[in-house]
This record gives sequence, C-alpha cells and structure tokens, in this order.
Amino acid sequence: MGHADVADELEDATGISVAQVNRSFGDIVALEAIDLHVSRHQRVGIVGPSGCGKSSLLALVCGLDEPTSGSINVLGGHSAAERLASCAWMPQRDLLLPWRTVLANASLPLENKGLSKRDAYAIVEPLFERFGLGGFEQRFPYELSGGMRQRVSFLRTLVAGKDVLLLDEPFGALDSITRADVQQWLRSALDDEPRTVLLVTHDVEEAVLLSDVVVVISPRPGRIVARIPISLAPVNTRRDAVMQPDFIAARGEVLDALEA
Amino acid sequence: MSNVDGNNGASRGLAEAAPKRSKDKGSPLRERLRNLGPAIGVLVGLVVFWELACRFLSVPAYILPPPSSIIATLIKKWDTTLASATWVTLSEVAIGFALSLITGIGFAILLHASPHVRRAIYPLLIGSQTIPIIVIGPILAIIFGYNIVPKVLLVTLICFFPIVVTTIDGLASVDPQLKRMMKTLYGTAWSTFRRVEFPAALPSMFSGIRVAATYASIGAVFGEYAGSSNGLGYVMIQATPQMQTSLVFAAILLLSLISVVLFALVSLAERLLVPWAKEGRS
Repeated sequence: MGHADVADELEDATGISVAQVNRSFGDIVALEAIDLHVSRHQRVGIVGPSGCGKSSLLALVCGLDEPTSGSINVLGGHSAAERLASCAWMPQRDLLLPWRTVLANASLPLENKGLSKRDAYAIVEPLFERFGLGGFEQRFPYELSGGMRQRVSFLRTLVAGKDVLLLDEPFGALDSITRADVQQWLRSALDDEPRTVLLVTHDVEEAVLLSDVVVVISPRPGRIVARIPISLAPVNTRRDAVMQPDFIAARGEVLDALEA
Repeated sequence: MSNVDGNNGASRGLAEAAPKRSKDKGSPLRERLRNLGPAIGVLVGLVVFWELACRFLSVPAYILPPPSSIIATLIKKWDTTLASATWVTLSEVAIGFALSLITGIGFAILLHASPHVRRAIYPLLIGSQTIPIIVIGPILAIIFGYNIVPKVLLVTLICFFPIVVTTIDGLASVDPQLKRMMKTLYGTAWSTFRRVEFPAALPSMFSGIRVAATYASIGAVFGEYAGSSNGLGYVMIQATPQMQTSLVFAAILLLSLISVVLFALVSLAERLLVPWAKEGRS
C-alpha cells in the first residue's frame, strides 16, 4: 500500500507520528521503541495479546499519559494538551452517563465546549437517524441494547469533532452477532466521515476488516513486530468481504505475526 | 476500503429490540402500598397484642398504657400541650436537618476538591465522632441558652456526619475511566464535577441523607432534655416524674411520625432526582 511512505514526504498529511517511544511503569517495560506513522484519515488496526500495551499506546497518543522517552506528534501538536485537543478516545465500555438521556449523552462534548443544551441538541439530534438510533433520543442508556449503547458512545465520540479517533476495543463487550453488525456499520460511518483512526482490538478479523494497515504488537515488552497493509476489493456485505482471498491472506499474515 | 451499504447496518440495528420500561405493573403508588402491606400487618398485630396484653394482664397504666389510652391522651392533650410541642420540635428538626444538608454537602465538596484540606480535616472529622454528641447538649445549652439554637445545632451535628461521609465516598468512587473520557471530550474540572462526579455521587449521598433523616429527631429531643421550655422532649421530661406515661408515649408517637415524614420526603426527593439509579440496576 505504501501510504505511510508517501505520507513521510508530505508533512501536511501526517495524522499521528510516534517516534522511538518507550513507556515503563516502574520496572515493567510496557512499550519499547515504538515507531508508528499514520497518515491523515488512514485507519490503523493494532492487534496483540492482552497486556501487550495496546491501551497504553492509545493513552499516550491522546495525551492522557506521557512517554518515558521518545516523541509523539498528533496533527502537528507535541504537548499532551495539544494531543488531547485533537484526539477522541472511545473505550471498550460505552461509559454512557446513566442519568442522561441518550441524546444528552451524545451532546456531552458540545455542552462541555460551552454550548447551551438547546444548541447542542439541535446539532446532535439530526444525526440519530443516520446512526440507527432514530426514535431513541429520549431513552436512557439502560433501556438500550449493548450494540445501540456502543453506537451512542461512538456518536458522542464523533460529535466531539476531533480528527483522530482512538478506539480501544470498541466492540469487545458485544456478542459476536451484534459485533459483526456494528463493525459493518462503523465501516460505512467512517466512509461517510473519514477520520484518522487507531483501532485497538484482539479480534484479528475485526482489525483486517476495518483497517488500511494492521500493526502487530508483541507480548511485553510491547514492540511492533509486523505491519501488514490491507487492501480489500469493495464488496457489499461483510460475508463477501470475509470470503475474498485477499481477506483470508491478510488474516493469515496477521495470525502468523501474532504467533511468531 | 470497500463500499459496504451504509443503511444496511443501520436498519438492522433498529430491529434490535431494546428492552422497554415495563409499564403494565399497575400504578407505582399502589405497587408501593402493596410492598408495605406485610409491615403494616405486623404493626397492627403488635398493637393489638399490646392492647390485649395490657387488658388481660391488668398492667397498671402508669407502667405500660394500652394503645387505646395513648390515643385518647393524644387527642385530649393535643390542643393544650402536644400541638405546640410538636410544632417546636418539628421546626428544630427541619431547620437543623436543612442546615446539615447544606453544610454537609458543601463540606464534602470542599474536601473532595482539595486533597490537602481533605488530608488535614478528614481524620479529625472521623475522630470527632468518638465524642457522643449527646454530651454536647448541656454545653450548647450553657453557651446559647434555652432557645432554639442549641437544639438546631445538635440536630445539625448528628446529621452532618453521615451526609459528609457518604457524599465524599460517592464523589471519590466515580469511575476513573469516566473522568478520562471527560478529558478527551473537552471536559474541564468544573464540567466534570457538574456533569459526572456530582450526579454519580447522588445515590451514595442519598443513603447518607436517609440515615441522617432518622437521626434528626434524636438530636432535637436531646437538645430539649438539656434545657428547654417546650417541645416533645420537654413534654416527656415533664410527664415522666408525674407518671403520665400515656403522655410520654403520645409524644414518642408524634416524634416517630416526624421521622417517618422526613424519611418519606427524602425518599421522594431521591426518586425524583435519581430515578436512574434504581432503574439502571435492574
């Protein structure tokens, strides 16, 4: 695919650049010599065994944490505050506020920005239909299924209007049927509204299906051991996507890298 | 990326049936009354047993009056004594409880906001609870006299502690992930407090307020014991040496009525302010 190489020459197109980043917690080295270049609006899947530091990497990128050494650049910003300003983070749990309606939950970033409830709702409400949440605006999170809650959480992340999305096992808590559904939905949502995406997952199929490049991280200390470009032919259904030879080959490559 | 039909996932998502609020359980009030049924049954049984025991065992009325004579006394003494005594105690309880809400929640927020203040004050606060608040009653009476102030202060002191502790706990036990999430969604310290920490602390806070509501009348009565010229505690202290035991019981009945009403009001406020806490758990 070579996207990353091209982006190296085009400074403007840099989404995320992680250079020689190390992160230790006491004696434990969580991440070692991480180099990662993501061009703008590229989608990078990060897979690796549990505890390999995938989530730590996301926390570093979005400025919730600082590396022990090395530098991180997100859309030209180096400081934690600048990184925080360009990154939206979506964790595995939906983290919806139970005391807010679904609409109020999705409007949270706008309210935090200082918009009145009314103005925020006016912007967010029209998006509900597109997210398959039409008619559920005034419901509370506990009244929704897991898949719908996750979509609200994603809507909230998008409403923040940040260019970089850091998705930390966003579908990990869903059953496999719902997950397949939401994956497909996410794919089309991102096609409509391109963002720079880091997707952490332990589901290889999910990574291959949703990413332009899949990065494999080794068990602790976490190092990048493989970078596998993905190119799938445009197909209409998930079934067609996972049946095509390119998909099967890419999945095999990722699995090989994981087991190496 | 391939072009997957965007509407496909969305429309299928709609089909996922979300669990709806069950509304066919009858009115919530009737539901609650039905839940209270067994308790009311036991209460009625006890009162009947008490009445019969007094009558058949010929217990002297100055030792244990039967419920019927307590009610009779309540009616007879209402206009002369009990109405004004109830009003006095009720105002002490209400003002003291309101003060404890304001100071308790305010203090908890202050301790939560500043770790330094918290480290300096919190252990002292816990330590202060080793002093039985009852013994402070006479001291307050010496300082402030026989007026309403020492009673109100005693109520406030008694109610303060459970409110402060549960509010601090509630504020401190907010999911750290929620706070991180707020940081990435433009959340400032203030908006995080207002939109996440405070609402999240409400269920815990309310359990403290409910405990406080049951303690409140104790404070008022001890304040009146320490020195007063009216109130239900004053009535009890006057009636006891005169062997007017049924009057003492009538005062106790009114006192517990105050507590029950206060408790019910707190529960009502909780249901209105924190409806999600109960629903969310199911």
